[in-house]
Amino acid sequence: MYKVSADRIDELFAKIAAARTLYLPVDQNDGRAAYKEWSQGTKMSSQLNTVRSAKGFFFPQTTNLCDFNLKDKEIEVVDIRDESEDFVVFGVRACDARSFTILDKVFLAEPVDSYYATRREHGTVVTMACTEPEETCFCSVFGIDATAPEGDASCWCEGGDLYIRANTEKGEQFVSLISDMLTECDDTAVKAQQERVKDILSKLPFANVSTDYFEKNTLLDVFNSEKWAKLSESCLACGTCTFVCPTCQCYDIKDFDTGHGIKRYRTWDSCMYADFTKMAAANSRNTQMQRFRQRFMHKLVYFPDNNNGEYGCVGCGRCLVRCPISMNIVKVMKSFGEE
Amino acid sequence: MHNETLIPRIGVVTDIRQDTPDVKTFRVVGTDGKKLFEHIPGQCAMVSMPGVGEGMFSITSSPTNTEFMEFSIKKCGTLTSWLHSMDVGQQITVRGPYGNGFPVETTFKGKNLLFIAGGIGLAPLRSVINYVRDKRENYGSVQIVYGSRSKDDLVDYQEIIDEWMKCPDTEVNLTIDREQEGWDGHVGFIPNYVKELQPDTSKTVVMCGPPIMIKFTLAGLKELGFTDTNVFTTMELRMKCAIGKCGRCNIGNKYVCKDGPVFSFDQLSELPNEY
Repeated sequence: MYKVSADRIDELFAKIAAARTLYLPVDQNDGRAAYKEWSQGTKMSSQLNTVRSAKGFFFPQTTNLCDFNLKDKEIEVVDIRDESEDFVVFGVRACDARSFTILDKVFLAEPVDSYYATRREHGTVVTMACTEPEETCFCSVFGIDATAPEGDASCWCEGGDLYIRANTEKGEQFVSLISDMLTECDDTAVKAQQERVKDILSKLPFANVSTDYFEKNTLLDVFNSEKWAKLSESCLACGTCTFVCPTCQCYDIKDFDTGHGIKRYRTWDSCMYADFTKMAAANSRNTQMQRFRQRFMHKLVYFPDNNNGEYGCVGCGRCLVRCPISMNIVKVMKSFGEE
Repeated sequence: MHNETLIPRIGVVTDIRQDTPDVKTFRVVGTDGKKLFEHIPGQCAMVSMPGVGEGMFSITSSPTNTEFMEFSIKKCGTLTSWLHSMDVGQQITVRGPYGNGFPVETTFKGKNLLFIAGGIGLAPLRSVINYVRDKRENYGSVQIVYGSRSKDDLVDYQEIIDEWMKCPDTEVNLTIDREQEGWDGHVGFIPNYVKELQPDTSKTVVMCGPPIMIKFTLAGLKELGFTDTNVFTTMELRMKCAIGKCGRCNIGNKYVCKDGPVFSFDQLSELPNEY
């Protein structure tokens, strides 16, 4: 473990940015935090989390897949992919860090999604331990430790110092970029902080929400439950939950005619939208109840069924904060847990 | 750079056959004049005209055809209407093959096979039927029950008459929904016709057609004593990626594009009825 005085953080960022493009959470004019590229004078946000998750670094909201040039009856396919540059995402929370390993299970499964894989290979994730979790946080429900975040390297801010530990080869390369600013140290201060924060985490209102129901009941039992009708009753189908969610990865593929050719791109999509499954002849999920059920079945049943029991939620709480009707995955889990 | 399945290859349309008033069969090869890729009967490919759309279609030709692939496509939406309007020589894009295909080299081997198709539902079965025809010694008897709205709506009618009906140990039963001039064959819906035919329950059934046909035919087959494990079908739902990542073609925890499109009714019985 290494440390550097937190007073020197601007100097630290400058050093990282000299070697890699550096992104970090920054307070916007509206007071909300968002990931931005660092430049001289950029201050890191002290807020718990960004409004949008960090998934966009590896799965951007839109990705150009390829281009086509059309001439009479002929088509030219243009592979527009290029090697992306190395970058560092600094200050990622434990929940978002875990979301990357969940997204890996989708995008890095055969056949590998090369757009995602390339960005993943070039990105270094540097996480920041949480010290002031909020009441909407429930990452511990999914076995995530906010005091020991994953990532290529992990950081802790404690007593005026920034502590850094490398977890992977990429993390060690990151540390070597700034090694002349770091001094080796023991983890006493970090451990003390972890003890203190773990106590807060255990007292959070959703710390004990149970996933038992989904482990003890069959896929069809959960699917056919009468609870979905009531739970989905007020859903506006706005899709906000899927946009802010770090693990939602459903996408659409569209073509755009630039006037000079066709750009094929993919965009984030939402299973909450009526046209998501609409075909020329029929729609397999005709009602908002079905679409609502799909989203939660995916995270709580289908994904775990296909991934050794791992849930498709990281408990970041963004959907709890943003849903206009205050419906969310915690309410769904609690509702089933009451049975 | 990694391979990328989402980037398609170019296919050239070398022949267009008007099968029925709203179904055309398109013959496709690569720009080098050769078959684009090998496939298993029942597998699909993403066919696209850039700027218009991309959609999943079953490869209706048999893998035993070494020269080209065929797609039988019904005109029913934006992309299919465009494809119906194109001429021979047009380039399109193709990527695949996708999906599991029918178990022709395992479960089906040595079995007596009963194919039941309704309308354009023949398209995915044609690949299996011609595969079985070309490897006739590997399979038992073949019975094909095929129906559509009218005589004019029977897809591949000429191939059925010229080739399937003349194939050894092969019985072909055609039906149309309503009486029609020039038709002296069976008239009536498929579920009833199958019941009338009283097929032997030792047969392995491969069925494809509109949902309503599947529903009533399956019920009829069960009355006759067929079990879910011996009845196979091929599904279709909206797809974008074809590789189990875009998130929309799932039935429960199975993706039709990747885990299907071929399922036994035994497998489907464990999944939500959401298709």
